[in-house]
Amino acid sequence: MTKTAKKGEQKVKISVRELYKIFGDDPQSVLEYAQQGMGKTEMLEEHGHVLALQDINVDMQEGEITVIMGLSGSGKSTLIRHFNRLIDPTAGEIIVDGDDVLAYGEEELRKLRRERMSMVFQKFALLPHRTVLENVGMAQAVRGYRRADFEADANKWLERVGLQGYGGQHPHQLSGGMQQRVGLARALAANSDIMLMDEAFSALDPLIRTDMQDLLLDLQEELSKTVVFISHDLDEALKLADHLVILKDGYIVQQGEPQEILLRPNDDYIVDFISDINRARVLRTRSVMIETTEPAEGVAGDVDADDNLESVIAKSEGDTTKKYRVLQDGEQVGVLDMQTLVRALVPSQASESGMRAAAV
Amino acid sequence: MATYDGLFSALGLSDWCARGAGEGGAPMSMADLVSQSRGESGQEVSWWDTPFPSLDALHDSCDAIPQSRDLTLGLEQGFLAIEDEMSIVLDPLTQPLSVALRNALWLFTETPWWIMMPVLALLVLVVSRSVKLVGFVFFTIALLAFIDHYNYAMQTLAIIFTCAVICVILGVPIGIAMSRRNSVQKAIIPILDMLQTLPPFVYLIPLIFLFSVTEPKLYGIAIILYAIVPVIRLTDLGIRLVDKEVIEAADAFGMTPRQKLYGVQIPLALPNIMAGVNQTIMMSLAMVVIASLVSAPGLGVLVLRGIRNLELGVGLISGLGIVLLAVILDRVTKAALQRINKAQN
Ligand SMILES: Nc1ncnc2c1ncn2[C@@H]1O[C@H](COP(=O)(O)OP(=O)(O)OP(=O)(O)O)[C@@H](O)[C@H]1O
Ligand SMILES: [Mg+2]
Repeated sequence: MTKTAKKGEQKVKISVRELYKIFGDDPQSVLEYAQQGMGKTEMLEEHGHVLALQDINVDMQEGEITVIMGLSGSGKSTLIRHFNRLIDPTAGEIIVDGDDVLAYGEEELRKLRRERMSMVFQKFALLPHRTVLENVGMAQAVRGYRRADFEADANKWLERVGLQGYGGQHPHQLSGGMQQRVGLARALAANSDIMLMDEAFSALDPLIRTDMQDLLLDLQEELSKTVVFISHDLDEALKLADHLVILKDGYIVQQGEPQEILLRPNDDYIVDFISDINRARVLRTRSVMIETTEPAEGVAGDVDADDNLESVIAKSEGDTTKKYRVLQDGEQVGVLDMQTLVRALVPSQASESGMRAAAV
Repeated sequence: MATYDGLFSALGLSDWCARGAGEGGAPMSMADLVSQSRGESGQEVSWWDTPFPSLDALHDSCDAIPQSRDLTLGLEQGFLAIEDEMSIVLDPLTQPLSVALRNALWLFTETPWWIMMPVLALLVLVVSRSVKLVGFVFFTIALLAFIDHYNYAMQTLAIIFTCAVICVILGVPIGIAMSRRNSVQKAIIPILDMLQTLPPFVYLIPLIFLFSVTEPKLYGIAIILYAIVPVIRLTDLGIRLVDKEVIEAADAFGMTPRQKLYGVQIPLALPNIMAGVNQTIMMSLAMVVIASLVSAPGLGVLVLRGIRNLELGVGLISGLGIVLLAVILDRVTKAALQRINKAQN
């Protein structure tokens, strides 16, 4: 998937408006306080209710991967479960394909879950008593198809995730990484436009995790689904996200294009969050270049707009006086000089009292 | 004079007490008769021996207060008063149990041994898939048959089989209902606690009043009431213990409650349900011995004979037979359980 801006004919697939979720005995009674801006800690101390989500507004574009990121307890799982209404909101609107999902009756909701959304779970959540093939065919089986009808399709998806020949096994006979491939195949076989992935790769060890991320990006290139991906890992988020939403204590701290957030964090919390990452590997030339179509003098060579800064540094062999032309689809879109590049590698401002201190 | 005479006169209730005397014509209790015959009544009681102000002690001073025996008597009369009505409702309702038990007994005892033993062996094979176990069961039954206990053992098996099946048919749905709603669970748990702690002899008593002793359902009900508890409890528990993420996945893929129950919850709760079935079978075996007091046929009858006639050998051998049956039933159900576990984990 390319991270080049593909503006223009974009369509909002899932839209969330002023969403609040409060857990407790009588959420409606304290909703007013939340809407007036009472925070999570205060709400718990003064009213004994857990304010899981407050004033969430997000638009998720069709065909994009939206990553929701935040620390444990920030409300990520709660938010993603609102989209297919495994959890109902205390207040707010959820619009999918222009339809108000909250107005759905039982039957319509079931249809939505069966045909328009599928889900991948952190702990796989496969049916342990069914074979791998039957698990992959679960969505079709639920819709009433017989095994013979979905077997070919299920096998196709198993092959696509690299598990050909495992159809007859039971989930417990597979490793964690393989089980999650089954989980992914199960979601893909549902043939829905939207895929919800709640920390789908968090339970896997790092190497397999990278594999799975690459697999997801591969599949996305081919299928262009609307993916909502939850993660607490910044590297993963930056790798996958077209749109990044950062949650903290149930509210959105910042959302936008990942490169944009990296270069212009609007909160100490995010500054701290991003202080540890390898910026040279994550930032792209297009994010730090000076936009111009004028031919520049003394350029040492061409780089692609989607190249990361690390590759440019390697190319320049550390010479900070050099300048490069930035191309996109063969056309010049900007100029990048090495001094700007080096400046971009230094985090904007570091905060001492951020979440890392608080997290201890 | 009785201890609390002073109390009633101080309260000015003497008249009321005396008036009550005419009506309170309860029969004399044994204790009363004994004390009367000893001529004890009216003697001074030292303060050390002051009785607790119980119904009986108060009755001694004031006839208007009933004795505790009146209480049990009242209960008995109350029960007798509604007995007929209860029988009218319960009799037809429980008639199928009698029919099932009679037929099972007939089937198990009338089928010739050379058909019955292979059939049982086949059943064990299907349930457990273990040839070793089949051999063990075959050998055990042959041993019982060799010492002429075959018929008794088959009667016991027939009763256990019928009761266990009915326990499962009734218990699993009740357990499912409990797992679905906390309110149902809250209402049923005290009943289960009571059934489990009530001494088995105690619920034979009202049953004897309700049903004729010649009816098999009398002991059938006693066994079922006693043995159904573990199936219910473990079904409830098993369904509640099903992995929450798997349930979430079932919901997320749009399963109907029915698809979820039959496709996910029951299959995943099956190991627990089977553990409950195992316990239910063991408990019906325990109860079938006690139930021979109320005409349940089988090995229990021999145990009872051993006790009644002090025939030590008869009692011990039939006891041993029960142990052997218990071992067979336990091994077979456990083997089935293991097979399910292996398929899932
Ligand atoms: N059923 C519930 N009842 C009460 N509080 C809940 C419930 N579910 C979640 N919460 C609370 O809502 C908040 C958000 O929880 P959530 O599970 O969405 O966090 P998360 O971001 O997914 O965390 P993690 O990374 O640990 O999965 C937490 O404070 C949690 O305690
Ligand atoms: Mg979570």
